[in-house]
Amino acid sequence: MTEHDHDHDHDHGHGIDDPAHPHNAPLSDVQLRVRALESLLTDKGLVDPAALDALIDTYETKVGPRNGALVVARAWTDPAFKQRLLANASEPLAELGFLGRQGEDMVVLENTASLHNLVVCTLCSCYPWPVLGLPPVWYKSAPYRSRAVIDPRGVLRDFGVELPDDVEVRVWDSTAELRYLVLPLRPAGTEGMTEDELIPLVTRDAMIGTALVQPPGAR
Amino acid sequence: MTPAELPGLPHDDHGPVFREPWQAQAFAMAVQLHDAGHFTWTEWAAALADQIRRAQAAGDPDLGDTYYLHWLAALEQLVAAKGLVGPDELAARKAAWAEAARTTPHGAPIELR
Repeated sequence: MTEHDHDHDHDHGHGIDDPAHPHNAPLSDVQLRVRALESLLTDKGLVDPAALDALIDTYETKVGPRNGALVVARAWTDPAFKQRLLANASEPLAELGFLGRQGEDMVVLENTASLHNLVVCTLCSCYPWPVLGLPPVWYKSAPYRSRAVIDPRGVLRDFGVELPDDVEVRVWDSTAELRYLVLPLRPAGTEGMTEDELIPLVTRDAMIGTALVQPPGAR
Repeated sequence: MTPAELPGLPHDDHGPVFREPWQAQAFAMAVQLHDAGHFTWTEWAAALADQIRRAQAAGDPDLGDTYYLHWLAALEQLVAAKGLVGPDELAARKAAWAEAARTTPHGAPIELR
């Protein structure tokens, strides 16, 4: 290996001109802060690195919109489940193992031919993690958080959703104690489909209210 | 090739759930401290909202990409308020990591001595 045989593909991860991250620093300022905090909390026995890794793995691979999609597909195919879900969502969700980690209450909002529900967290980014995983970047952004309340139809249009004028749009502001999941309208042409066949049709955005569930042929 | 294009990386329609590993670490630390009862989720939401407000007041357009910076700032603030980790020991530990990073040869894992 010669002096110049240096791996320039090595990912330092940040803009070279970033003043907070000098050219030759292998760890950025924010990486140093996270390492400092994690190592101190570990030394004090306040966090367990192995449990941290397990937690991250859970959120990246096991928890996600598919949990919510199962809830929606079951509500579409099982009227008794749907009734319980709309009456008190926390209980049937707990039975499926989709328990709120923060002990928050879950409310399921049913879209109908005359009502469309849209979920936001204006304050920060409260989000139903157990059923939807981690929130997308746009959900956390200030433009969405502010515009969803002021101009929900405009936001929906940005997402490609055009609703007839006679459909009421209702906006729900999440809190630390209360999280919402939208039960989208079941698309036409799916009447004969089973729960398992319906699950892949249900998107994350449809369960936030920024999309409609499309019939199978339309995707 | 960016890390986001690696096959098998957990992502959604809008990109990776975490853009960088430190974001996932910061996320998991807050969840674990909450689970252990060191603060309530209401306290956490208030701390996070406070950091977001401060950042917006300081000119951050807050488009979502700085979200985990707010998250980390809220975590640092809350562990100090709860007497778990003080700002002085945090600064000292950060300096130790920076020194370790500076003196570790290229390609070797960075460890505290």
